[in-house]
Amino acid sequence: MLAVKNLEVVYQDVILVLRGISFEIPKGEIVSLLGSNGSGKTTALRAITGLLDTQNGDITKGQITVEDQDITNAEPSKIVNLGIAQVLEGRRIFSELTVNENLRLGGFTNDGSVPENTERVFELFPILKKRAKNISGYLSGGEQQMLAIGRALMSDPKYLLLDEPSLGLAPKLVEQISELIVEINSQGVTVLLVEQNANMALKISSHGYIMETGNVVMDNPSEKLMKDKDVQEFYLGLNTEGTDRKSFKDVKHYKRKKRWLS
Amino acid sequence: MTIFLQATFEGLSLGSVYSLVAIGLVLVYKATDVLSFAHPALVVVGAGLISALAVDRGVPFWLAFIIGIIATGLIGLIVERTFLRPMVGEPVFSVAILTIGIDILLRTILNNWIGLNPRYLGDPFPSFGNFGSLELNGVTLKYLELAALFTAIIMISLLTVFFKKSKYGVAMMATSYDQEAALAQGINVGRIFGLVWLIAGILAGFAGFFITGGFNTLTQASFVSALRALPAVVIGGLDSIPGAVVGSLIIGLTQGYVAYYQINIENFLGIPLGSGFSLIAPYLIMFFILLIRPDGLFGREEVERV
Repeated sequence: MLAVKNLEVVYQDVILVLRGISFEIPKGEIVSLLGSNGSGKTTALRAITGLLDTQNGDITKGQITVEDQDITNAEPSKIVNLGIAQVLEGRRIFSELTVNENLRLGGFTNDGSVPENTERVFELFPILKKRAKNISGYLSGGEQQMLAIGRALMSDPKYLLLDEPSLGLAPKLVEQISELIVEINSQGVTVLLVEQNANMALKISSHGYIMETGNVVMDNPSEKLMKDKDVQEFYLGLNTEGTDRKSFKDVKHYKRKKRWLS
Repeated sequence: MTIFLQATFEGLSLGSVYSLVAIGLVLVYKATDVLSFAHPALVVVGAGLISALAVDRGVPFWLAFIIGIIATGLIGLIVERTFLRPMVGEPVFSVAILTIGIDILLRTILNNWIGLNPRYLGDPFPSFGNFGSLELNGVTLKYLELAALFTAIIMISLLTVFFKKSKYGVAMMATSYDQEAALAQGINVGRIFGLVWLIAGILAGFAGFFITGGFNTLTQASFVSALRALPAVVIGGLDSIPGAVVGSLIIGLTQGYVAYYQINIENFLGIPLGSGFSLIAPYLIMFFILLIRPDGLFGREEVERV
């Protein structure tokens, strides 16, 4: 289980981005983390994979554990070695390098099993096999996203953290990607899905957390979240009251914080 | 025709020496986004180490040569680890100034040791007499110049294979494109930076020998020759290794041709250019190329989204 407890993150010593959030990802499940822009989803992922340094961020409180081993502030290479791989937001493939080279880099920490893992990725994404020798910058958006996911799978992760895999993709492709996520999960990889596309995320996940300005304001099994009136209105875009317009003054703001300590 | 061939050969050889320095500069620039002004100092430090071992201590030349080059690489590694690693993430400008400081530090120590008299680097081929040469169709090919040419070809081929095939080579390319994404793959970016400086230092060591070895000597002014790799990388484009090689060859050939044909040029222009004009010519070439292509011949145009 990957668990985050009371995590507080500060950027540039002054900007408090995460105000003590807690969530956990039980083994073998798909958990989604939802929220609007700037609510701190990506920061939470960065904190887990040790990428806060490049953004001048620090973990000021809290703890991150994987199978009860503390990985707070660990080196990114150590975290990858422990079986946690992240697909960065906006894909971030090495566009000047070929598909094969990108995959090889994903397997940097276990270079020995690159051939088998490449085969496994090609099985999952047959299109990548056709493009294996192409410069990856010339792939289509969907293919690039597949490459980014495939690259993360090269390190044989137990936990896969996906940051907005549906970003900038056509609805048809979003559907395909979500099917692939389910497929990857069924092969025994635990998935944390960070999304703005709440509809897609809640459909495939078993549990969902909703973040607002650095706090986790709701956490419930996905089915329950999908039936929640506010979630339907603000995240799924369903208006239950016909065509009435609603004033933002009436919008309920969530105050609840989930904490284990304090 | 013989003069032309002679000038071409000497120019190419000189250019290949510059390319060893230039590749180091480009590698460091690509990996860390910093133009290292300390690099020419590393070149002369390498030469100084070889000279100190081979001449002052009487170590056999080849042993001194190998130790000197490896030690130069290690100095690069140490400089990176102690001075530059803590500066990761700081503004590029401050890091560039820091490298100027390192340059002054290294050269002060070295100049103090060199003193007033030129230093020799020892004789790699005692049996061939005084750095012999062979004659081909009236063109004199000095062994030292031939060796420089071959060394550069071998080093460039090795690096090409390294970047294409080896795990760390590919990781180095990835780091130069996107540091954060490289970190997310579990690549230890700090170690990559160290490796870059090590390779750059080793190349600088080789270049140091060819710049100051043979009939040339190591003096306090030797580093000016190493500095000529700077116009070479600017011509080629700061972030391109092929560009660095082409730029170096352009600089080398310019120097070669100007040295041999200066009298003809002076007669043609009707103004005396003065002795040592061949040393200024590379900078003029850089000036004109930058007027036409501000990013260098092979440089990537910097496109930043606002």
